[in-house]
Amino acid sequence: MEIFGRPLSAMLSQLLLGLVNGSFYAILSLGLAVIFGLLNVINFAHGALFMLGAVLAWMGLEYLGVNYWVMLFAAPLIVALLGIVIERLFLKRIYKLDHLYGLLLTLGLTLVIEGVLRSFYGVSGLPYSAPEALSGATDLGFMVLPNYRAWVVLASLVVCVGTWYVIERTKLGAYLRAGTENPRLVEAFGVNVPLMVTLTYGFGVALAAFAGVLAAPVIQISPLMGQNLIIVVFAVVVIGGMGSILGSILTGLGLGIIEGFTKVFYPEASSTVVFVIMAIVLLFRPAGLFGKEK
Amino acid sequence: MVNKQFLGYALLLLALIAAPFLGAYPILVIKLLCFALFASAFNLLLGFTGFLSFGHAAFLGSAGYAAGHVMKVWGWTPELGLLAGMVAGAALGGLFGLFAIRRQGIYFSMITLALAQMFFFFCLQAPFTGGEDGLQGVPRGKLFGLLDLSSDLVMYYVGLVIVVAAFLLIVRTVHSPFGQILKAIKENEPRAISLGYDTNRFKLIAFMISAGLSGLAGALKTEVLGFATLSDVHWSMSGSVILMTLVGGLGTLSGPLVGAAVVIALENKLGEVGNWIAAVSGIEWFKSLGESVSLVTGLIFVVCVMAFRRGIMGEIIALRDRLRAKR
Repeated sequence: MEIFGRPLSAMLSQLLLGLVNGSFYAILSLGLAVIFGLLNVINFAHGALFMLGAVLAWMGLEYLGVNYWVMLFAAPLIVALLGIVIERLFLKRIYKLDHLYGLLLTLGLTLVIEGVLRSFYGVSGLPYSAPEALSGATDLGFMVLPNYRAWVVLASLVVCVGTWYVIERTKLGAYLRAGTENPRLVEAFGVNVPLMVTLTYGFGVALAAFAGVLAAPVIQISPLMGQNLIIVVFAVVVIGGMGSILGSILTGLGLGIIEGFTKVFYPEASSTVVFVIMAIVLLFRPAGLFGKEK
Repeated sequence: MVNKQFLGYALLLLALIAAPFLGAYPILVIKLLCFALFASAFNLLLGFTGFLSFGHAAFLGSAGYAAGHVMKVWGWTPELGLLAGMVAGAALGGLFGLFAIRRQGIYFSMITLALAQMFFFFCLQAPFTGGEDGLQGVPRGKLFGLLDLSSDLVMYYVGLVIVVAAFLLIVRTVHSPFGQILKAIKENEPRAISLGYDTNRFKLIAFMISAGLSGLAGALKTEVLGFATLSDVHWSMSGSVILMTLVGGLGTLSGPLVGAAVVIALENKLGEVGNWIAAVSGIEWFKSLGESVSLVTGLIFVVCVMAFRRGIMGEIIALRDRLRAKR
């Protein structure tokens, strides 16, 4: 069967690949949005911490023989601890300054993290294979579904929806949203806002590391793997606007799918299509699809 | 005080004029001057209008390709090549600006970064850039068809004149009524609007001037070195120019000059510094410091943001003001 002169099976497999990339965009832009909401910092280091998650998964297997499933929880935890240290040591001291210093500081941290790992592992890819339970593929009749990719999409959706639920439907989330609105007032009600800020940053970067572990078997692991991704995620954030959690998830997934289709129809543009969409959205809805004009 | 400042610039200019005779390699100095101009143009935007552009590499790089292409393929003379580069930079700046000034603050930075990344992928695939190999073997040609630039020394003085003229233009812009309006927009945009200024137009013009002068720097760099490569359009170049401005002193006129010198020297000499530290401290690891440029630049970023936000010249100016206040 063919659609617009392209075989359906090729389209479906690109659609799935797009969904996989879209899942990473969704988790990463979600983390960026949560962090920006409370800290007013655009976390450039998000890409580097995503990479760190993947490298930790590799290190766990290589040095300690710890398998994928353990690292899927251990790596985000380690990165969250690192994030907490970063927040307490550095970010905490610059909240009062212009936003641009937050971006520059996290850019510096990105270069440091990447530089350290580069001096150990170089820039070539480190091999990492999917766990045995998820290797292989399922034949659905109309297409062959690689199990691991299906797992990535499923796991990302669960994490994204879970995050949305916690933030929008629980008491903890209510504190968080109130803190985003007016931190001083929330503090006056006896909520420990600085602690909440620290933990939020830890949680946001843990999301990035979780995506990194998920990505480890499907993307070449290298110290530079987060660099290009974070710039695309910035574009995703501009397109979606950082106002809504659900908005970041939908935008991330949608752009991944569009990117996948671009690979089928016009592969030359697949690396730029997200940026083109960003430009178009800026012309018609400067605040982003889900953003509110201040 | 103004006289002392003037004296400082005069001494710097004298040193630059004499540099080739004092043993400095002219090509290295002129390359440094290109980056000094690039950083000054960048600072015109960030320091005086408050917009952090994360896409200035695109202007430097596009101008390099444009100048290289017209001089190599179409056989244009150097002055037309430089002009073509400047126009290319300003035009791309205008295009970026149309999108980027729709959002403010941190969004502006993210949009410029994303647009510059798009331009990077464009350059990677476009036929005239030479892809990964870059545009090689650009002839220096004869200025106005008369002055042969193939001699390094002649090239050096021509380049020096261009950079000094561009720097004077930046100084003039900052102190002009136009520059004052930019400052007003930076301090309080709603008030500037209520005074009747079309702030978006001023922002766009400032962005285009900054991009055009960055383009001039990129074109001159291609003219001097004879090639244009992808590294000039990569986002790490945008990061470099931010670092130069930050180290030298945001919003000071002399800061970017100092910052460019420091950052370029660091990138070129890091290996030697590493060897020296290894010899003194006896720790082998430092010998590989030359390969860890990004690690060291990252550390400098962190230190600058945490403890040294005024930059070198900013600190000197602040110290001077404090001493004067005591007197």
